[in-house]
Amino acid sequence: MNKSLVTSVLLAVMLAACSSKPVKNAPVVEDKSPAQTTTSQSSDSASTSGVQNSSMSVNPLTDPNNILSKRSVYFDFDKDEVKPEYRDLVNAHAKYLVEHPDAKVILQGNTDERGTREYNLALGQRRAVAVKQVLNLQGVSDKQIETISYGEEKPQAAGSDEAAYSKNRRADIVYQGE
Amino acid sequence: MNKLRLLLSFFLLALPLAGKAALTIEIVGGAAQQIPIAVVPFAKTPGTQDDIATVVGADLRRSGLFRVLETRGVVNQPHDLPEVKYPEWAAIQAQALTIGSVETLPGGRLKVSFRLLDVLKQNQLAGLEFNIAASQQRATAHKIADIIYEKLTGEPGVFSTRIAYITKTAGRYALQVADADGFNPQTVMSSNEPVISPRWSPDGTKLAYVSYEKKKPIVFVQSLVTGQRNVVANFKGNNSAPAWSPDGNRLAIVLTHSANSQVYVINADGTGLKQLTFTTSIDTEPVWTPDGSAIYFTSNRGGGPQIYRMASTGGDAKRVTFDGNYNVSPRISPDGKTLAYIKQDNGKFRVAVQDVASGQVQILSDTAQDESPSFAPNGRMILYATSISGRGALAAVSADGRVKQRLSETGGDVREPAWGPAAN
Repeated sequence: MNKSLVTSVLLAVMLAACSSKPVKNAPVVEDKSPAQTTTSQSSDSASTSGVQNSSMSVNPLTDPNNILSKRSVYFDFDKDEVKPEYRDLVNAHAKYLVEHPDAKVILQGNTDERGTREYNLALGQRRAVAVKQVLNLQGVSDKQIETISYGEEKPQAAGSDEAAYSKNRRADIVYQGE
Repeated sequence: MNKLRLLLSFFLLALPLAGKAALTIEIVGGAAQQIPIAVVPFAKTPGTQDDIATVVGADLRRSGLFRVLETRGVVNQPHDLPEVKYPEWAAIQAQALTIGSVETLPGGRLKVSFRLLDVLKQNQLAGLEFNIAASQQRATAHKIADIIYEKLTGEPGVFSTRIAYITKTAGRYALQVADADGFNPQTVMSSNEPVISPRWSPDGTKLAYVSYEKKKPIVFVQSLVTGQRNVVANFKGNNSAPAWSPDGNRLAIVLTHSANSQVYVINADGTGLKQLTFTTSIDTEPVWTPDGSAIYFTSNRGGGPQIYRMASTGGDAKRVTFDGNYNVSPRISPDGKTLAYIKQDNGKFRVAVQDVASGQVQILSDTAQDESPSFAPNGRMILYATSISGRGALAAVSADGRVKQRLSETGGDVREPAWGPAAN
């Protein structure tokens, strides 16, 4: 995992930004199209080989200003289709996975508390699979993806109302090693 | 039904049990015809602690089939046959009477004697003597209650059985096993990640369950005798919903090899995997019929989740639930004649039973978030999980809906009960 990150072009950009500017400014780069950023700045990657040791290193997957740090896709009640507003998020992860063939993700489906545990486990699985299908369409290999379901076991929000339920009907994208 | 509920509400009994109970059991309602029985405190030598008669009385009362009479007003408290004056017990309307004694033997073992007497016919229905270790007093009391229950109702009792359930306390999950009255809880395994779907092997020596301890659902089988456990299914994706075949040699499980949840069978040692359902829908929650010939399961192949039945070798499945748009978690009674499941009814999830032959459906519970129904080995009660005041709690209802119990634990959530098999 570390190796793939170090060779990451994207990371190189981040690290370069980090070493010269306050971290807060780094996201500006990331808010642009990730494709453009990576290609135009690719030459920087070689010069940052030593940055691995830097305590300031920023992982694009966890940088709060990078879309890759966003990991939850939310679903409508009893639905398992990825809504348009989450396409950018899922596509960004697809791009990252295509560029990092060693990286692997576990897609974790979740449901709200209504209904029974085993059936909800199966429902959550469908949500994980829906995200997987979007990744597959963008060229991500099946070998990089495992879909599992937590059913109703891991609610993001406590409570028994729609506000909580809507946060719990989701699929989370978790990278191996996280 | 409403009339019945009104009747039951007048019948509310709360019985606090002293001692180390994890679960406090409250009984709501009772059978229409309860058998009035007097359980006289046992004579005992100093040093013996639990009063066996108290445990026996609590067992009988909890079943809902008995009215355990107050005996303190009766002048004579007999412990053996010659001391019994039947008219005194007839005077308090007792139909049956139990008497007995506990005697300390040299070496610390105990001799427990007990008799069950018919007050009207003035004869003995049962008489037994047990030579036990001091630690076996509660177990012996449950055995005595089983004998009384069987003599007076004609059905085997389930007081000597155990239940398994999951607790969640301060973020930690524990799989626990306790006596059917909630006493002697023991932790089988615990984890910071969810544990679900405990299922007893038919011989009661093992539990299958699903643990997320490796950050994904994996099916384990653990021996309750040695504590040793084995991975039965750890395939890519989810491994869940274990269900023992009646001979204990195989498990039906649910895997997501083909993306969707599908039903498979596997040998209890993890070999011989075979896929049973081949759909693009959800197929889950398998359960075997008692004769092993068929498997009931939940599927949304027709839209919403409904219960289906197929041969245990796979093949065509027939839909068996038609009433309502959400019927899940099938469980079959020990005699194979009654199907229990969770039905969504006006937005509430309730325990329902369906007569297999006629298809007639009856909603049994009056709680709202019910899950995980589980038949007692004699088929008379159904234990299930529900939510009381926002906390996970267990409840039980008789298969005819008349007797209701609530089992609550202090300090945490209790969920996913599974009633163990009859003790041999």
